[in-house]
Amino acid sequence: MADVIKKATRESYGEALKEYAEQYENLVVLDADLAAATKTGIFKKAYPDRFFDCGIAEANMMGVAAGLAACGKIPFASTFAMFAAGRAYEIVRNSIGYPHLNVKIGATHAGISVGEDGATHQCNEDIALMRTIPGMTIINPCDDVEAKAAVKAAIDFNGPVYMRFGRLAVPVINDAETYKFELGKGVVMKEGSDVTIVATGLLVNEALEASKILEAEGISARVVNIHTIKPLDKELICKCAKETGVIVTAEEHSIIGGLGSAVADAVTECCPVPVVKIGVNDEYGYSGPATELLKKFGLCSENIAVKVKEAVKLK
Amino acid sequence: MDATIKNSLQKTACEVRKGVIEGTFNAKSGHPGGSLSISDTLTYLYFSKMNVDPKNPDMDDRDRLVLSKGHTAPALYSVLAERGFFSKEELKSLRHIGALLQGHPCIHIPGVDMSSGSLGQGISAACGMALAGKLDSKPYKVYAILGDGEIEEGQVWEAAMFAAHYGLDNLVAIVDNNGLQIDGPITEVCSPEPITDKFAAFGWHVITMDAHDFDDIERAFNEAETISGKPVAIIQKSVKGKGVSFMENQVSWHGTAPNKEQYDAAMAELDAQLKELEG
Repeated sequence: MADVIKKATRESYGEALKEYAEQYENLVVLDADLAAATKTGIFKKAYPDRFFDCGIAEANMMGVAAGLAACGKIPFASTFAMFAAGRAYEIVRNSIGYPHLNVKIGATHAGISVGEDGATHQCNEDIALMRTIPGMTIINPCDDVEAKAAVKAAIDFNGPVYMRFGRLAVPVINDAETYKFELGKGVVMKEGSDVTIVATGLLVNEALEASKILEAEGISARVVNIHTIKPLDKELICKCAKETGVIVTAEEHSIIGGLGSAVADAVTECCPVPVVKIGVNDEYGYSGPATELLKKFGLCSENIAVKVKEAVKLK
Repeated sequence: MDATIKNSLQKTACEVRKGVIEGTFNAKSGHPGGSLSISDTLTYLYFSKMNVDPKNPDMDDRDRLVLSKGHTAPALYSVLAERGFFSKEELKSLRHIGALLQGHPCIHIPGVDMSSGSLGQGISAACGMALAGKLDSKPYKVYAILGDGEIEEGQVWEAAMFAAHYGLDNLVAIVDNNGLQIDGPITEVCSPEPITDKFAAFGWHVITMDAHDFDDIERAFNEAETISGKPVAIIQKSVKGKGVSFMENQVSWHGTAPNKEQYDAAMAELDAQLKELEG
């Protein structure tokens, strides 16, 4: 087996901004004193005259982005998920969401895998918050290839988009040559008939690994990658519910209001089957190395396999 | 200012005030006090200063105005209606279900450049608009109107820092200093004073202005145009409820609509002022 290449999606984000800057001359980037961490620094270095540091002032940054978009620019407003979705929530809602402005929010350092910085910076609530904003598109890519494609899709889409990127380097599981990103469409990564694991972000790879464990134990698990959490690919989710009879969701986010909730909402309406949610329970994170934290919080292939085995019994 | 032009602006401002009363009366809610205190400034901007076209409200190079103190939408709607962006009849259905005119400014209304109303946010959007103008070397100006209570919001000062840092001299922020907010006088609630010193300390060029004297309004906005390299803050001394005697300087008129009797009295006063101006 070839060596697995690992890369953090925040890195992909920064590179993609730089890559598409020439083609899209209205693309501008804002950051709030975190360019080195969000990787918008890559763009800044190449296009300093189209990069605007707002300082440690996320509320204003979101408002500035709204004003830029109202005048035809395609602003990418970047900071950690905690500050983009958390601190600036009401500005995103009222100044970006309500007027439906063409602002792209690049939120990095999402989830528990922020690691050592601990609970104050581990944002497990951003998807829930952003889902409540009418007209907001939410993308949570699973690897480098998908993250870059997501940036391109966000540019081509007219409307507010919240993009979620991670700090931790994760395996590149998609093939850059053949990968096609379709906004709002889930991707069946692996076929299976006993259960569907619906995963997003870095949990997609873990779900694929879990399916191998399960296969060895005689359970055929389908793996679906939901990169666009809103609008959700309800058609695919309902098809999976009908065909496999049980769903397990996996996300690096609170079990309240995230992918699991969105999937459960869809399933209860179209084909009520058991939905078991894997995510961060109703609690705060804590400091530690990211990979160890993911295991501690059960955001790993081993725990997914355990939960799937429990879930199939509910059928 | 030329006497004929001044007389014309005064008459228009009177009509704008009538629209404020019409709107809030029919809505049975809304914010007449702060709407009346900015009526002269809005009249001056839309009838004497800003490059706007009611037939082409989304014109690329138009001057922009963000009503950061969005609760005073009745004044903005009234001036936009006077200027011809939509029918004055719309004012009568302000805040009604299915109406064009929402309780707070909405970007989808012709002539409204930004949704606003959650205080402290409009000034940031205005900064973004000004920055976009700079990037594209566009000639337009961006005006933002803030309340003196509104500047208690921290986001205003984030924006003030940003505007000065990026030298947004195409941005003019007007602070409507009528001295009153919902809970009482601004100096008693949680004082944002000294307002002029604060903006100056944040790197803005500061001008003070009498908000109800068109000569002084013209002087202030003309001075604003001479400033380069920094944003301009015009701190306008105004009277909350200006033009309707029983509403003037009364905090109770911040967010209360006139009843029929008060409506009739206010309209009679404004009609009398109009008649006097018509000589």
